[in-house]
Amino acid sequence: MSVKSLRQTVHGLLPSLTPVRFVAEDGTPVAKPPTGYAEPPVEALHEAYRRMVLGRRFDTQATALTKQGRLAVYPSSRGQEACQVGAVLALRPDDWLFPTYRDSVALVTRGIDPLEVLTLLRGDWHCGYDPAATRVAPQCTPLATQVLHATGMAESLRRTGGDGVAMALAGDGATSEGDFHEALNFAAVFRAPVVFFVQNNKYAISVPLARQTAAPALAYKGIGYGVRSEQVDGNDLVAVLAVLTAAVGHARAGHGPFLVEAHTYRMDAHTNADDATRYRNDEEVEQWSAADPLSRLETYLRARGVLTDEDVAAVREEAEAAAAELRAGMNADTAADPLELFDHVYAEPTPQLREQRALLAAELAETDEPTTLQTQED
Amino acid sequence: MAKVTMAQALNTALRDALREDERVLVFGEDVGPLGGVFRITDGLTRDFGEQRCFDTPLAEAGIVGLAVGMAMGGFRPVVEMQFDAFAYPAFEQIASHVAKLRNRTRGRLSLPMVIRIPYAGGIGGVEHHCDSSEAYYAHTPGLKVVTPATAEDAYWLLRDAVADPDPVVFLEPKKLYWSREDTDLERRDAQPFGRAAIRREGRDATVVAYGPSVPVALAAAEAAAAEGIDLEVVDLRTLVPFDDETVTASVRRTGRCLVVQEAQGFAGVGAEIAARVQERCFHSLAAPVLRVAGFDIPYPPPKLEHAHLPGVDRILDAVDRLQFADEPDPRHLLRGAVA
Repeated sequence: MSVKSLRQTVHGLLPSLTPVRFVAEDGTPVAKPPTGYAEPPVEALHEAYRRMVLGRRFDTQATALTKQGRLAVYPSSRGQEACQVGAVLALRPDDWLFPTYRDSVALVTRGIDPLEVLTLLRGDWHCGYDPAATRVAPQCTPLATQVLHATGMAESLRRTGGDGVAMALAGDGATSEGDFHEALNFAAVFRAPVVFFVQNNKYAISVPLARQTAAPALAYKGIGYGVRSEQVDGNDLVAVLAVLTAAVGHARAGHGPFLVEAHTYRMDAHTNADDATRYRNDEEVEQWSAADPLSRLETYLRARGVLTDEDVAAVREEAEAAAAELRAGMNADTAADPLELFDHVYAEPTPQLREQRALLAAELAETDEPTTLQTQED
Repeated sequence: MAKVTMAQALNTALRDALREDERVLVFGEDVGPLGGVFRITDGLTRDFGEQRCFDTPLAEAGIVGLAVGMAMGGFRPVVEMQFDAFAYPAFEQIASHVAKLRNRTRGRLSLPMVIRIPYAGGIGGVEHHCDSSEAYYAHTPGLKVVTPATAEDAYWLLRDAVADPDPVVFLEPKKLYWSREDTDLERRDAQPFGRAAIRREGRDATVVAYGPSVPVALAAAEAAAAEGIDLEVVDLRTLVPFDDETVTASVRRTGRCLVVQEAQGFAGVGAEIAARVQERCFHSLAAPVLRVAGFDIPYPPPKLEHAHLPGVDRILDAVDRLQFADEPDPRHLLRGAVA
């Protein structure tokens, strides 16, 4: 390879020096629009706005439900709506998504019943929705392990001849895990059609980004593996959707994997059980409030004359109705069947599991719990 | 009938699986043109193409994690970990995902995949090339765990494992790779998956063994026979599912039980078997269930391996402790009288 073509290859892989941005924090278009990315059509932005409002309302409702004891725990993604909505809207329904526990807004945006999204955090089961039907893997709690699964799925999609794409969602902390690096490496070697989307929300629970990496940006982790990379303002929906659409298109066209880092901020603590005041100050949070992705998009769309007061009111009404429905659903008691614990360990239970199931059934019959009896009659 | 080594039987099983089901893929480190460091995948890339049998980057978590995604995508991956002790980087993928995906998703997703692992000692391997890691896998619900002791079983159990809807950890005893036996792989005489096999019938005591310990147990049984003790040898074949029925029936017949494993004894599979046997056969037992195991030490260097691995003598010593000649301990009778 000549020095010239080597230089071209390297530059082709590297991210922009600063995050791609279309809309400034105050909602005005940036003076110099980014090159190489097309601004998404206005209908897509309109829909994204609606999804972000719905997502934000879902998120605040879920946090409220933890206070009422209806959810065991909830890791909020308030402030990351542009990332999670942009990710889902960049995909086709037949593409696959590999989310983490913080990506509930993405799941709701994907059209999964919010009650099924919250099954995990409600504690009824580990995954409430059908991954095969929704093409959304179970929300992953161990860090970065799902990035390899997305790579494997992408490799399957490539081999079966379609043009499907897999997208892995991950946080900044996950980029320190070995599996993240192995996934980038495998994907590049196999030219798997996978998009790695890192939501850099600046904290891994309490550990700030500076303790996580010394890289100029997480997007630079791509070049070591030959993975094309980009960084984007994660609170600018227009930019997120533009860059992810390009990344998905790159993978779909057979050019291999693509890494996107979105600079965003986790407005709430790690979960409702966390106390963020122990590791960050209010000024920092306030600073990021000014960069809120939802108000930014609203201002931008209003200024362009494509979002009216009526639109805004209608979406808010829709969001309130969805929240009310979620509250009602979450207030209904569920009867989880303890005997189901034995049913899905293997395709067919082993003789030992059958014995243990009978043991528990007898134990439950003795304690005579009404919920159990109810379940057995169902 | 032809003389077949276990390595050949495994290779034939992979070939037949690749031929019969286009969803089957073989991948791992050096499994392509080289044919694997133990040559188990010899010629597969040549005969089935790089699309079906291929090398991956050198990263075990990556290999298993990729296999999870590919199994979710409809393939049936058969991956190779190069050595038992090199499989540990993949343990998180195995314990947190491979074993749990069916359960997490209430049976909506299954992971039909096989993780092949050259396993256990007896080949003079230097550090990190020999380990008896079966207990880690057997202790993980959601995995099936297999270890064949014969070429015939190696073939049929691997075919069963590839066809299984659940993930299987397939432990291949390294020291048996080159052992030959007369068998006709075209005809299935092997027991079904999940059932143990009685390799030698005997009246006086049951020796439960698996994988690399089976031939040692059989040799011990021959030696014991010369001394007038008739040992029955049970080969477990699959550690999960565990065949309580065959083991229990045998011990109830013989009244005595020894469990043999290469692995260190503490908290091992042998301990589980001993507990299960005494729970189910207490009134048939004339002596405590004894374990014959490796010592509770990190795997020794090649020149000291012989001191660690249970051999015929250690088994025969244990047979001697099965109280064939003992009268009841008179102190028990005394204590009863005093009280």
